[in-house]
Amino acid sequence: MAVPEHPFATKATALHKQESAIRVFLRAATYFILCCAAFIFLDIFLKGAPVVFQANFPFVNFDFLTKSPETLVVYQDGEGEIQQQSANQFEAMREAHPDGQYDIIGSYSYSAGGVLGPLIGTAFLVMICMTVALSIGVASAIFLSEYSRGGRTIRGIRLAILNLAGVPSIVFGLFGLGFFCYAVPNIVAEPAGRSLFHFQLPFSNSYLSLEGWDACMLAGGCTLALMILPVIITACEESLRAVPMGFREGSLALGATKWQTIRKAVLPYAFPGILTASILGITRVAGETAPIMFTAAVAHKDKLPWQDLESSGLGRLFEFFFQKVQALPYHIYTVAAKIPQSDYNKPMQYGSVFIFMMLVFAFASFSILLRIQFRKKLKW
Amino acid sequence: MLLENPNSSLMETPSLEEDAVHTSPSDSGESAPIIDIEGVDFHYGKSKALSDITLAIPEKQVTAFIGPSGCGKSTLLRCLNRMNDLIEGAQISKGVIRILGTDIYDPTVDPIELRKHVGMVFQKSNPFPKTIYDNVAYGLRVGGLTDKHGLDEIVERSLRSAALWDETKDRLKDNAMGLSGGQQQRLCIARAIAVQPKIILMDEPCSALDPIATMRIEKLISELKSDYTIVIVTHNMQQASRVSDRTALFYLGELVEEGTTEQIFQNPDKKETEDYISGRFG
Repeated sequence: MAVPEHPFATKATALHKQESAIRVFLRAATYFILCCAAFIFLDIFLKGAPVVFQANFPFVNFDFLTKSPETLVVYQDGEGEIQQQSANQFEAMREAHPDGQYDIIGSYSYSAGGVLGPLIGTAFLVMICMTVALSIGVASAIFLSEYSRGGRTIRGIRLAILNLAGVPSIVFGLFGLGFFCYAVPNIVAEPAGRSLFHFQLPFSNSYLSLEGWDACMLAGGCTLALMILPVIITACEESLRAVPMGFREGSLALGATKWQTIRKAVLPYAFPGILTASILGITRVAGETAPIMFTAAVAHKDKLPWQDLESSGLGRLFEFFFQKVQALPYHIYTVAAKIPQSDYNKPMQYGSVFIFMMLVFAFASFSILLRIQFRKKLKW
Repeated sequence: MLLENPNSSLMETPSLEEDAVHTSPSDSGESAPIIDIEGVDFHYGKSKALSDITLAIPEKQVTAFIGPSGCGKSTLLRCLNRMNDLIEGAQISKGVIRILGTDIYDPTVDPIELRKHVGMVFQKSNPFPKTIYDNVAYGLRVGGLTDKHGLDEIVERSLRSAALWDETKDRLKDNAMGLSGGQQQRLCIARAIAVQPKIILMDEPCSALDPIATMRIEKLISELKSDYTIVIVTHNMQQASRVSDRTALFYLGELVEEGTTEQIFQNPDKKETEDYISGRFG
């Protein structure tokens, strides 16, 4: 190999080799992440998309989106062909043609129908969670960033928030179970024995009992809210800090009170940041299984949350929030890990995950779009 | 009538007004000082920023605070409307500041009410990212004025006083962030005027502006002094000599010398003043 005749020519020293090797290694590590992500997304897309979409009109498999999970029955009909039907359809058919021949090969729970129930359940859980988390989170962020003045207590609070963010979600789930399901005050006609404290107080013609809400939508939503709270507080605080100090000074110098200043000259400009952070927060809580496992979720439920409520008036509202719900991540967990695996439940598994990924993707894109939109509008 | 005295609701600050009657020597010669600073020491935490400042600022005149960076002139300015309350650990450790005869650090004084009387214009123009109209109306609205007609009236009058009306009358509903730097600063002045303060504090209002915008603001300052007492902090000695009636020179947290601008610039008592003015240091 001809070495060029100038003083800056590359020399094949050990250092040079090390440099190239390091470069290759760093690059490989980075691209490895890309490969993993690509593999996961492609696998889900290739196997999940055919469940949700179809080649012929109307291109979307609406059954999958408008039905709740059902049991799949696989049978051999009179002509010896293997057929798949959901349990309900199968029963109806057998009643309509009682003389037909049906050799049941197997039945697979949760593998027919669609994901409507879990979708709706997750939507309600997220709504409850975000309502609770945003009201507490924004309030404490405002306190921390605008009102508090350093000091040991405040440092302690910040440390607590940081630590809270690092607590595993299953611990939140267990806390939620112990606190919201078994310990918070509830008004009941007949105190149940499950209370951790066995405290009850006669209250008009029922009891105020520290027996918790049992596993229900409200308990699950609150548990999720606790989990997302550190994220919301931190994001809100950062959005508040990003508002220039000049706005606060300008406002105060005009004789505005602190709260007027926050409401009129700070919050409106922190709002976009809070909003985008919240939307990203939604995608996180929507995907959590552990916190709702004990506190809210059920695998099987025939009715949607608003169907067949028995009480009326205010009681109806209570009944609504105090029921267990299906939830998408819990449904995925169920079909992936709790039922015997076979080829017949693959479509439900991949379909559910695909739907979930699409939701996350949609929310994340929406959040990014909003941010771009607000950035264009707000400039200082 | 509301239109004649639209700020009547803002002016209800008994502690300030009434005490003024008791303590101010109302008929002592030309003009009694509206701001009376007496032996003030100021600390940021442990570090001392001002020591033993005594200064009287007369009404309806322009007083300039000059001096090199870090000499405490902005700190003193921000003491006058208690903006330093926002800074943790910042406090006046000795001395009294009286405005209209009232000790403004008295526990009965509400800084919010004080700031309605002592307006401020900042170094970096800081209009809110709202419309021009909303910017000027901000102080009135937080003061509780909601009458549309009254607001219109004062917004126009304030913008006229700030020599900004002709440029903005056709785009009052545009975002104030679209104005040029000089216009933004005049908008901030208009915003301060709108609440009808007695005193306007200006913290290096022209430091980010080009010479032409600076000239307009200086002209505006000379126009405003017939109605308002203006205290201006500036780095620019020529500016101090152009706009102010009185000048106070600060150095390392101390008041070196104060007097009429003419005297300070032409016949200073102290050697430091002469050195600073003539550019030998600073």
